[in-house]
Amino acid sequence: MFFELFMIQIMNGVQFGILLFLVAAGLTLVFGIMDFINIAHGVLYMLGGYLIAVLSAATGSFVIGLLGATAITFVAGFVLEQLLFRRLYDRSHLDQVMATFGLVLVVTELIKMIWGTSPLSVAPPEMLAGSFPLIGALKYPTYRLAIIIAGLVVGLILYLVIARTRAGMRLRAGATDREMIDALGVNINQLFSVVFALGAMLAGFAGAMVAPVLSVDLGMGESVLILAFVVIVIGGIGSIRGAFAAAIMVGVVDTLGRTFGPLLLRMVFEPTIAGQIGRMIAPMLIYIFMAAILVVRPAGLFGRKFA
Amino acid sequence: MREQKMLKKYVKKAMGCAVVVPLVIGTASAADLKIGLLVTVSGSAAANGEQARDGFLLGVEKLGGKLGGVDTEIVIVDDEGKPDLAASKATELVTTGKVDIVVGPIFSSVFTAIAKPVTDAGAFIISPNAGPSIFAGKDCNPNIFVASYQNDQPHEVLGAYAQKLGYKRVFVLTANYQAGKDAIAGFKHSFRGDVLGEIYVPLGQLDFASELAQIALEQPDAVYTFMPGGMGVNLVKQFAQAGLSSIPFLSAFTVDEGTLPAQQDAALGMKVGTTWAPNFDLPASKEFVAAFEKKYNYIPATYAMQGYDVASIIDAAVRQAGGDVSDRDKLRAAIESAKFDSLRGNFRFGKNHYPIQDFYLAEAVKRADGKYQTSIVEKIFSEYEDNYASKCVMKK
Repeated sequence: MFFELFMIQIMNGVQFGILLFLVAAGLTLVFGIMDFINIAHGVLYMLGGYLIAVLSAATGSFVIGLLGATAITFVAGFVLEQLLFRRLYDRSHLDQVMATFGLVLVVTELIKMIWGTSPLSVAPPEMLAGSFPLIGALKYPTYRLAIIIAGLVVGLILYLVIARTRAGMRLRAGATDREMIDALGVNINQLFSVVFALGAMLAGFAGAMVAPVLSVDLGMGESVLILAFVVIVIGGIGSIRGAFAAAIMVGVVDTLGRTFGPLLLRMVFEPTIAGQIGRMIAPMLIYIFMAAILVVRPAGLFGRKFA
Repeated sequence: MREQKMLKKYVKKAMGCAVVVPLVIGTASAADLKIGLLVTVSGSAAANGEQARDGFLLGVEKLGGKLGGVDTEIVIVDDEGKPDLAASKATELVTTGKVDIVVGPIFSSVFTAIAKPVTDAGAFIISPNAGPSIFAGKDCNPNIFVASYQNDQPHEVLGAYAQKLGYKRVFVLTANYQAGKDAIAGFKHSFRGDVLGEIYVPLGQLDFASELAQIALEQPDAVYTFMPGGMGVNLVKQFAQAGLSSIPFLSAFTVDEGTLPAQQDAALGMKVGTTWAPNFDLPASKEFVAAFEKKYNYIPATYAMQGYDVASIIDAAVRQAGGDVSDRDKLRAAIESAKFDSLRGNFRFGKNHYPIQDFYLAEAVKRADGKYQTSIVEKIFSEYEDNYASKCVMKK
């Protein structure tokens, strides 16, 4: 039974990690390449959730909703970059945080005015709605497996684009030395716009994918944003590979810690005391994990040494 | 009035959430009765506050805008669910605002923060939702009334139900804050079997995969939970997705008319502990539900019913006090013995100013029009008083 629980929690941890990766990928690109702190990244994740809820309800198709939400968040990211974020690149991090936090408040209120405060729900596609037997009596929801697969596919595409294409090469060059590639004649503004829209799209895609599992509500962006920052710090700012590795680690550590922390404590303490300690320690685990990684590798797992 | 309210609502929203502009409804200055409606209508837990506000305002509207037959002014303020902010708003209401009665709050954490400023100023609090244990026992206060229930009671309903069905092993998980701990205590109060898990999840956790795997392995006789708002939506949906629907799911404030539109089929058949449901078999209640749905275009939950009842209580009390609210002792006595038609039928205030009323088991159902609501299954407790009332010695 212990083994079964362990296996299923690993699956859960990986699935959670994949989700974090999708959000963190955009964040790490924007932060790493443009040196821009975007608190509003979680808003795009939330927007993806709301868009799929509305679009799939209107069209009756999950796939149309997913594609629509992904496309619209791409456009939203592009427009936001053109209208607002572009003006903030040369400002201090504090100004960036203030401006993007302001955007969080504005968008959240707008969404509240349009769709109200009650959470919305999205039905998973019919063929993915059930669960399948995993080990013994344990079942695993099919849709969660779909999230894992979708996340891996997106991760692979992202890797191929960054490692094998000219645009990806410029992107890597931009992350390493922004002034230099500007001097070499690469249109850095255009590159930034595209990177930003891409990051927004990934967040929107994550928000849309997760909608059938989690409810779509006003707080969904904030909850994931903080963990996404933890992920990019552990992975090394600007590194997609780092974000992937760190996201999976954070997902697994968090899930295993939450389950097995209290169970292990229970062997030593009374159940109520174990519960009390466990529930205090579990939420801290990933931060302890982050601190431990940063002691060994101050720039993160795949971060540049001089950073 | 509707347009005026809508307009002000948007004005308030346009001002952003940091600035709260009080909305004033009714005659401006010469009102004989001033009520401050202090509820949480922003943030992710706004839905319950909106329900209570809309229910209260519907009650006022039905009484022609004059509670107890006197000119009534209502000031609505949003406490944003923050105790410190609520305390300063409440102080403002009773000092410069000179309100006679504060109707609120939604959250128990806010209740403890506003109790002192309001009662020190000689005003009354009538809570349309929060019913913390603190004011039910030895710290009961002559100026505090709770028109909902004592917080433990809905959980006791489910403990008693689980006991009655002979469940031996019940897996318990709740949100990690005071109300979550109270929920488990309430459940254990009337349940004698084994409590498994006893998991506390951080407030705001949205993914329950890890907890659900443990439930799947334990295969308990039932699951008991208290998971408010969006957390409850997610838990219920994921519970169904994980193929656990064969395990009975008992809860309070987790499956209600606020969350059912998002939970939908995943919640069908889930059991809840409550004092009322929209299909409650009472003509006044049916009339209320129809009027509420027509006006606000959503289904009322217990929060709305309680808001409406508070309007009826104030109306009856002011009438019994002869329309004069300046004599506080007279008004207090009138509230204590208020003769009003509660939407939940059997209702009276106990000596600690908390209700003595009936409690029911309800379950989530799908209506003929495709919408979801809770529906009464059976009565669990009759004229049930809370466990703290005996410790209360009400000062006169």
